[in-house]
Amino acid sequence: MKEIISHIWQIAKKDLIEFSRDRIRLVTFVIMPIFMMVLTGFIFPSQTTLKNVPIGIARLDNDQTSEQLIKALKDLSMKDSQPAFNIKTYQSEDEVKEGIKKQEISGGLIVPEDFSTKLAANGQAQIIIIEDQANPQISAITTQVLEQVVNTFSQQIGTQKVGYLLQKEKVVPSGEAAEKTALAFLKPITTKLLGLIEGETNYFEFVAPGIMAMVVMTAVMTGLAGSVSREKEQGTLDGILISPISRLAIILGKATSQSIRGLAQGVIVLILAILLFGVKIYGSLLLVFLLLILGIFSFVGLGILVSASAAEQETATQILFMFQFPMLFLSGVFFPIQQMPKIMQQISHLVPLTYAIEALRKVMILGAGLTDIRTELIILFSFGLITLAIAMPLFRRMITR
Amino acid sequence: MEDIIEVENLTKKFGHFTAVDNVSFKVKKGEIFGFLGPNGAGKSTTIRMLTTLLRPTSGRARIAGYDLEAQQDQVRRYIGLVAEKIILYDRLTADENLQFFGRLNNLKPAVIKERSDRWLRRLGMEEWRNHQVGTYSTGMKQRINVVRALLTEPDILFLDEPTLGLDPQTSRLIRDFIAEVNETGATVILTTHDMHEAETLSDRVAIIDCGKIITLDTTENLKKMVKNISNPTFEDVFLTLTGNTVRDIASSRITSTSRMWHGRPTNRVR
Repeated sequence: MKEIISHIWQIAKKDLIEFSRDRIRLVTFVIMPIFMMVLTGFIFPSQTTLKNVPIGIARLDNDQTSEQLIKALKDLSMKDSQPAFNIKTYQSEDEVKEGIKKQEISGGLIVPEDFSTKLAANGQAQIIIIEDQANPQISAITTQVLEQVVNTFSQQIGTQKVGYLLQKEKVVPSGEAAEKTALAFLKPITTKLLGLIEGETNYFEFVAPGIMAMVVMTAVMTGLAGSVSREKEQGTLDGILISPISRLAIILGKATSQSIRGLAQGVIVLILAILLFGVKIYGSLLLVFLLLILGIFSFVGLGILVSASAAEQETATQILFMFQFPMLFLSGVFFPIQQMPKIMQQISHLVPLTYAIEALRKVMILGAGLTDIRTELIILFSFGLITLAIAMPLFRRMITR
Repeated sequence: MEDIIEVENLTKKFGHFTAVDNVSFKVKKGEIFGFLGPNGAGKSTTIRMLTTLLRPTSGRARIAGYDLEAQQDQVRRYIGLVAEKIILYDRLTADENLQFFGRLNNLKPAVIKERSDRWLRRLGMEEWRNHQVGTYSTGMKQRINVVRALLTEPDILFLDEPTLGLDPQTSRLIRDFIAEVNETGATVILTTHDMHEAETLSDRVAIIDCGKIITLDTTENLKKMVKNISNPTFEDVFLTLTGNTVRDIASSRITSTSRMWHGRPTNRVR
């Protein structure tokens, strides 16, 4: 046993020294997670990233009320006090539509000619919102915000009107009480949003655990397969294989060095997420590492299978890419798997990465503890154990084919 | 003299291609056994099988008294290998390489140090020991590679074309060194295309062609087999026995990707 551990360490140490002396690999090792983080962090849209979205407004009436509505839109700002909309004025509905076609604006709002007259006559007025169907993601957020603004504005007018009525009919004494009662009439039920953690989470907090898990696990899988097939190609593997050491020690040695590298990359991702994107970890950091290590473990078997079966590095890379690409989308790194069709959700639950990411999210965002992620831990561990049990004898056979 | 290697009906097939075909021979303890043959004859495949790197399709062998198939770990304790490709890591120094492989063979760091000191000095590589192997010339690499194979002071040393691509000086140095190592009692199995090398070093020579051993004898006796040339060289012996035709053989161990580009491996073209 002592011998095996010493052999594992010798191989791991050798791999790490080799790696540390390869400048190009070292640079890509650091840059890759940075790229992943920066790209996903800045590119993907979320409600809070609604900044200066150009929208077109055609105001066809000339009343004060519609002016107030437009002022409300102009004043709308997101949390970093940037205006949400960049408003362009148009003369007609057709011009707004034309503007969308030319992609000058990402949505439009029309105040019809009879807007104020209808309101004044105590009728129901209408605001038309035009969406940009070429850009569903932005359009969904834009129209949602536009609707919210119009609804709030509409409610204000309603409250005023009902309040006036209540006062006139002497149901309530003062003006202030009248508006309060009016609001209660118009909106008898309110909602309160309560999170498990303080403050609001953004898309980045959703995506950071996913990227971390993905970076670590792909690093280990490609690293393992790459390192074994490189040694096979260069002939140095022969030197290890003719030594009287356990084949398990060879694999575990390789897996150890790759895991250390993978974890280091995971830490880079974590530090970037905290420093650059203000991600907070609400759960235990220790648990985060435990999950990453188990996640790595779940992939070692697969990595061994690929490395043993591929004679050349290129082949290994090809096989791995075949696995990794679908995994990226199936495991819910970027999109919640709940959004997928049922069948895809089932498939995604065959991928161990899915469990690692789900558990990491629970720990990092919701502050879950060990017992909350018990199932995921067990699944990851069993997956690793089963694949390793299949891979080890195959490795023995294939390596001396 | 006791036999240190006994090979019985050893066969290796890659798919439909038989690389080594029912080969049997014995190597005596302490001899230098030349293993010659044209490209693709099955020399390296045989050596890879005897060094536990390749599983035989059928047949058996005993190395240093241990069964090749059932007692691989014991076999590994008695062998050293200089393979076609140099077994050293470019990004490690000579010393780091030697320590690494020594430790894998359960040698203590001090023992590794003592042995490498001795042989690095003998092969003129002492001052380079702390340089990364990647900065060496082929000849320098091969000298370190030989030291690596000798670290365990193996009873049997397999040398697969140890002087291939080396300059005459390094070739001579390595050849002399092989003879010295042999004198200390190590058995040497040597493959080479250098007929002079084979002749000067080997006690006995086996010639393998198309996966079969076609002859096995001392160099002197082999020379006597050539009747039509007076005073034949060892090259004459080799060409007489294996013919003058140039071999064109595609290894069946060609990988799937390259097979995709180059078509299926052809069997031998005569």
